[in-house]
Amino acid sequence: MSVRDDLAARIPGGDTGLILSILLIVYAAYVLVGVGLGYSLRGQFNTIAVLTFYIAVFAMLALALNLHWGYTGLFNIGIVGFMAIGIYVMAFVSKPLYQPGGAAQVGGLGLPIIVGMIAGTVAAALVGLVVALPALRLRADYLAIVTIAMSEIVRFSFLSGEFEQFELFGTRVGFGGGSGLILNYTDPLTAFFEVFGLGGAYLGLVDAFGALVPNNPKPVVDSLVYGLLLLLFVAAYYWLLKRTGESPFGRVLKAIREDEDVANSLGKDTNRFKTKAFMLGCGLMGLAGVLWFMRSGAVTPNTFRPRITFFVWIALIIGGAGSNTGSVLGGAVFAALLYQGPRYLKNLIDAALPNASAPSGFGPAIAPLVSNVDPTPLLLYTIDSIRQLQLVFMGLVLIWLMHNRPEGMLGHRKETAAGIPLTASQARDKTAETDGGTTGGEADE
Amino acid sequence: MSDVPSSTGSEIDTDEPDGAAGVPDADDAESGSLDLGAGGPDVGEPYPLEVENLRKSFGGITAVDDASFSVERGSLTGLIGPNGAGKSTTFNLITGMLQPDAGSVTFDGEEITGETPHAIANRGLVRTFQIARELQEMTVLENMMLAPKFQRGEALWRSVTPGFRDDVIEQESELLERVWAVLEFFEIDHIAEEYAGNLSGGQRKLLELARALLTDPDMLLLDEPFAGVNPSLERRLLDHIHELREQGYTFLLVEHDMDLIMENCERVIVLHQGQVLTEGSPDEIQANEEVIEAYLGGNV
Repeated sequence: MSVRDDLAARIPGGDTGLILSILLIVYAAYVLVGVGLGYSLRGQFNTIAVLTFYIAVFAMLALALNLHWGYTGLFNIGIVGFMAIGIYVMAFVSKPLYQPGGAAQVGGLGLPIIVGMIAGTVAAALVGLVVALPALRLRADYLAIVTIAMSEIVRFSFLSGEFEQFELFGTRVGFGGGSGLILNYTDPLTAFFEVFGLGGAYLGLVDAFGALVPNNPKPVVDSLVYGLLLLLFVAAYYWLLKRTGESPFGRVLKAIREDEDVANSLGKDTNRFKTKAFMLGCGLMGLAGVLWFMRSGAVTPNTFRPRITFFVWIALIIGGAGSNTGSVLGGAVFAALLYQGPRYLKNLIDAALPNASAPSGFGPAIAPLVSNVDPTPLLLYTIDSIRQLQLVFMGLVLIWLMHNRPEGMLGHRKETAAGIPLTASQARDKTAETDGGTTGGEADE
Repeated sequence: MSDVPSSTGSEIDTDEPDGAAGVPDADDAESGSLDLGAGGPDVGEPYPLEVENLRKSFGGITAVDDASFSVERGSLTGLIGPNGAGKSTTFNLITGMLQPDAGSVTFDGEEITGETPHAIANRGLVRTFQIARELQEMTVLENMMLAPKFQRGEALWRSVTPGFRDDVIEQESELLERVWAVLEFFEIDHIAEEYAGNLSGGQRKLLELARALLTDPDMLLLDEPFAGVNPSLERRLLDHIHELREQGYTFLLVEHDMDLIMENCERVIVLHQGQVLTEGSPDEIQANEEVIEAYLGGNV
């Protein structure tokens, strides 16, 4: 533990340096393994893009959850519901108007994508308000029940036939129901560059990239650039939440987490603080939902099952609740090792052993081991089922963490809740100046 | 004591003779006077706290049964009674942590019955808890910085918006100086960076009182501030309380230790079975047969 702390303290650049070095290690590991197993350059770039994407979305979600749980002690297990609200409202607002005969069964309001993103964020925050008003007055565990119920209600609402399509302002709009909603707006990345008049420049970049990946480089460049943009969003989340935490507002949130009665009896209107913090976190979760799904072509309600919520929780627990830096690291480590890692491993093994065919079921896998002590079929079967085993890995990691490091990677390192550093020496100098240097009271007792 | 000017401009008459446990000892004078930088307690009604016919029952048990009393400004008033007399419930009713079934609480001439705890605290009526409730995973400095009322940076938008945050930072520096002065007054400045959860029982009590003071209260309700505190710390805590009382703060004190109450309080209110059995000066209380019987469990 102390070795780890020393290491963290020695990395230049403080928290930013720590985050960057961890990211560097993760990327280096991915690239090295890829090179070792002879992955193509295109494959490498795709891997990095996908990895960046998941690191970014999990970091954003863990940061938002850290505001709820790490700072305020609000037990939100309805994260995925707020994400669903975000992307669905964004799609509703930004999808083009309904055209009879088009692929999309329903249209949207046809507003610019940025308007849709803001609307999705605000909608998630407002749903947060609706949940918070009755639930925050209750004890913590009731909030948990209300939030997970909310996330399921959201999913079933989007599944329901009632919202599948309806008329609004004389045009056919809706949420698509169980068959999903086609996100048939302009590609957000293209739209983003056009806003700045950089559409041409971007295509030039794509062409230049063609030198590295000759065959149809655009999808590769798109996902790489989108990953980078998402990292900028992570930086923005981090900046915002760091400021929120390092302020009198964040101090009250921390006090609520520690003992709400005390905060109340010191004159803080804790319900107001909790509501604000909850809404901010929910809005950020909504925006993360938008960013996660807005380039996916289509969304279906059943994507938004509670398992995503628990992935975010695992990321936060790994990183350390209460620490913004820890949240980013937790998101990165979770995405790289637990979420993407097993899938990547499977792809690699498939690429390295193209001829090995795994047994079709558990019976054929285990039979050779029993009959003639041949473990190969079982091994192949295990590798083939690695996506399913992913959840088992996550469970094992959680159990190990709870036993050995319940505070996570950085949860032990408290981030001071004040706008200025709260250290004895600094304050002492100040008072010494103002009252003539009489600092007594230490000698006695 | 000579180097302790009253900097708060208190207009409270403090020419009371030095009793057995009067003012701070001379060797304590280094701690200096306390300048909260916020003007100290207000001077208003002669009886800032008035409780009338307060009643509260839990199921079949009437914890507070028609209790009425008032507390004089600038006094150190003791609230005593045997276990289960309703002392803590009374505190909770006054500070809004519980809602009374009947009766009224008036503070500074305004009725505050049924107000929320934070609204009552913001009026200047601040409590501490029976078991010190420090915010464990926050440092002593964070605990203290939390307390001042209506801080600019408590508005989220101001704390995060560039430009406006400078005001917040500026106020933070001012607050830190005030906090530091109070920590020195209570002689806990050497543990300022410690996590509150690591403090000893006595230090927690000091921290709680110090933190309550930073809210710039007019009156403090102390729920057993001396429970679990060693004698020398108890002495220090008492000295601080007396000094603050001289500056004009009003104290209502729940305490089990009869000797301590009798030596330090000017007025004592005795609760028994949720009712005010009697009130008066310590001498009167000590001579009261009913009180003795209540404590010894006799039938009145």
